[in-house]
Amino acid sequence: MTHPILQAAAVTWISLRTIPQRRGSSGAAVFGIAGVVAVLVGTLSIAQGFRQAMTAAVAPENVVVLRGGVDSEMLSILGPEEVRVVEDTAGLARDARGALASAELYVVIDLPKRSSGTDANVPLRGVGPAAYGVRPEVQITAGRRFEPGRSEIIAGRGAAAEFAGLDLGSRVKVGRNEWTVVGIFSAGGGLAESEIWTDAVVLQDAYERDQSYQAVYARLDSAGQFDAFKDALTSDPRLNVRVVRQADYYAEQAEAVDRLVTVLGTLVAALMGMGALFGALNTMYTSVSARRREIATLRALGFGGGPVVASVLLESLVLALAGGAIGAGLACGLLDGYRASTLNWQSFSQVAFAFAVTPQLLLEGVAYAAGIGLIGGAFPAIRAARLPVAVALRDL
Amino acid sequence: MKYLLLVAANLRRKKLRTVLTLLSVLVGFLLYGYLGAIEVALGQGVEVAGADRLVVRHRVSIVQPLPQSYGARISRLAGVEDTMHASWFGGVYQDPRNFFAQIPVEPDRFQAMYPEYVLPAGQAEAWRRTRTGAIVGRRTADRFGWKIGDRIPIQAPIWQKKDGGNTWEFDLVGIYDGRDKGTDTTTLYLRYDYFDESRAVGKGLVGWYVVRVKDPEQAESVARAIDAEFANSPAETKTETEGAFAGAFARQIGDIGRIMRAILGAVFFTILLVAGNTMALSVRERTSELGVLKALGFSNRQVMAVVLAESGVLALAGAGAGLGLAWFLVGRGDPTGMLAVFYVPAARWAAGLALAAGLGLVAGLLPAVQAMRLRITDALRRA
Repeated sequence: MTHPILQAAAVTWISLRTIPQRRGSSGAAVFGIAGVVAVLVGTLSIAQGFRQAMTAAVAPENVVVLRGGVDSEMLSILGPEEVRVVEDTAGLARDARGALASAELYVVIDLPKRSSGTDANVPLRGVGPAAYGVRPEVQITAGRRFEPGRSEIIAGRGAAAEFAGLDLGSRVKVGRNEWTVVGIFSAGGGLAESEIWTDAVVLQDAYERDQSYQAVYARLDSAGQFDAFKDALTSDPRLNVRVVRQADYYAEQAEAVDRLVTVLGTLVAALMGMGALFGALNTMYTSVSARRREIATLRALGFGGGPVVASVLLESLVLALAGGAIGAGLACGLLDGYRASTLNWQSFSQVAFAFAVTPQLLLEGVAYAAGIGLIGGAFPAIRAARLPVAVALRDL
Repeated sequence: MKYLLLVAANLRRKKLRTVLTLLSVLVGFLLYGYLGAIEVALGQGVEVAGADRLVVRHRVSIVQPLPQSYGARISRLAGVEDTMHASWFGGVYQDPRNFFAQIPVEPDRFQAMYPEYVLPAGQAEAWRRTRTGAIVGRRTADRFGWKIGDRIPIQAPIWQKKDGGNTWEFDLVGIYDGRDKGTDTTTLYLRYDYFDESRAVGKGLVGWYVVRVKDPEQAESVARAIDAEFANSPAETKTETEGAFAGAFARQIGDIGRIMRAILGAVFFTILLVAGNTMALSVRERTSELGVLKALGFSNRQVMAVVLAESGVLALAGAGAGLGLAWFLVGRGDPTGMLAVFYVPAARWAAGLALAAGLGLVAGLLPAVQAMRLRITDALRRA
């Protein structure tokens, strides 16, 4: 038993086995850290879920054409001539019916949130016939597609779950128009699931938009043609448009909410982490002082300072990891998949999303716990190693 | 006095432990203050909404405009004292990240409707004289270092000017302050007449109306009367009190209150555990001393009071320091740069102190009761 590693193992084993004797203080440290990790993982899972909803299922070949200088389709306007020019530009993928380009309108309507009963801005999108070709991820899960020319809508499953009145077959009155919900669709978890779709021409009529649109969603032959496509449009003197990859457009849209939640979540978790750190320090100092005699006896028997330091650190680490695991488990069990919706500032409309507790977040949470445990154990460990043997033994 | 000395001596007994406990309580209350400010900020002005003001918007969505002619019709309804209209300009100053609202209004009506925006008389007069004039709140003026007399160029993607451009220039003629702490002073107000005359499309349309009612008690019935007035017209309305409007908007962001309460719950649970555990520990260590105290003639109740006082002092001192630090940090502005107001209402500070007293009581209760029930013979034998 003279090798330092064997010594450390022996001392650690003793300290771990005696944890039940310090149930109260060890428990406080474990649950303190569990709370911190649960809050950290929980808040970051909101940001993660939001980001996933905004960026999921976007094909790299997809592009959005908006009016020049605007950063949201809400503010964009494109005339019928401009739309025609975009549709005729080389580089677009085609199917039997022609180029995969869907000229769309985007408006928001008020619908009550199921959770609070208060009005929320729900996006209503008018799409062209090519919309399903541009976004092949869109699949009808119940009912059928809307028929062009009729006042029919289909609702994304996120929207249908979050807002009242979007059940299959129900009627939605918007202004003087009445719409019938004829289908529910999924979109690979993407943003479209938060939207309601209808025929763009019908929506133009309902909103007195004449022939104008707000954006063209299109699919290119290949993602590599983006630059050529963009150059062709932006250099065309008949057009004043902005061409962005759909993925970049969505990422832009997600930025504000993402930043807000991430900054606030990290800040709160950092502060809570400090609180838990003080708790862990308390626990480990208590543990060291409760074992003064043991430690002194070991030192008198010839155990080195290193093994004592290691044992305190390891005990602290074990407690912290236990706390981290409990916290991560709580966050995962209670929050993963929790459905919510929030207002996206850029598009001024609701985005339905599910909290996403990813393995990476869990790892981050546990790593954070380990950090707290190591720092919380370091100072008490040094004190334990410096304990004057003679004085501690005299306490007997 | 002798009790205080006893409490102080007990707290000094293990200084490190006392300091660590104090610090964890401090962090908890720092979070309490900070989360309070975040909740208020995301509440979008629910706390300062005028009880006598209504907001009238398009039934379909606030994005849909209303005719300017509605103003006169609303004014004629019984119970309405005053009206004004406002619109959404949605411009960008230099970079989309520099977000702040810009709203075209009619200066006189605006000032009559919102007495909480305090503008010096001279500046109000200058605004009345200058068509291209605009006023801005203190926060935004400070943020960009604007001074009265500056020309502010703003890109408006929604509003093309008649000359085809999208860049609008405003002369900054005034900087207003908020009358109350919670008043949002980020918005820039420009003149509607200049806006309406210069825009290429949308003439005669406004975003929403604000209505002051004669009697706040009648707010609901006036709101119904306004909606009835425009029922079955091309632009039906939805009228709510300013508080309900702000509340609904806040709930669009999500159930902020519930999330904040969940986090705070986790925080307090954690602190309670840490502090309570420390208290219990230090009482247990002193069992024999408590026995001696009782042998000297301290009553059960006195011993309990000493233990409770100890936890109370810890909790209140930690909470006081934590709330103080929160007050300082919240005063330095919000960490994201995206919240319009960032402050903690006075009532929440008071609630914080009450929570602190509660924490001290709960954390100290178990050890205090143990100490009270302690029998002298047991306590002394254990030593």
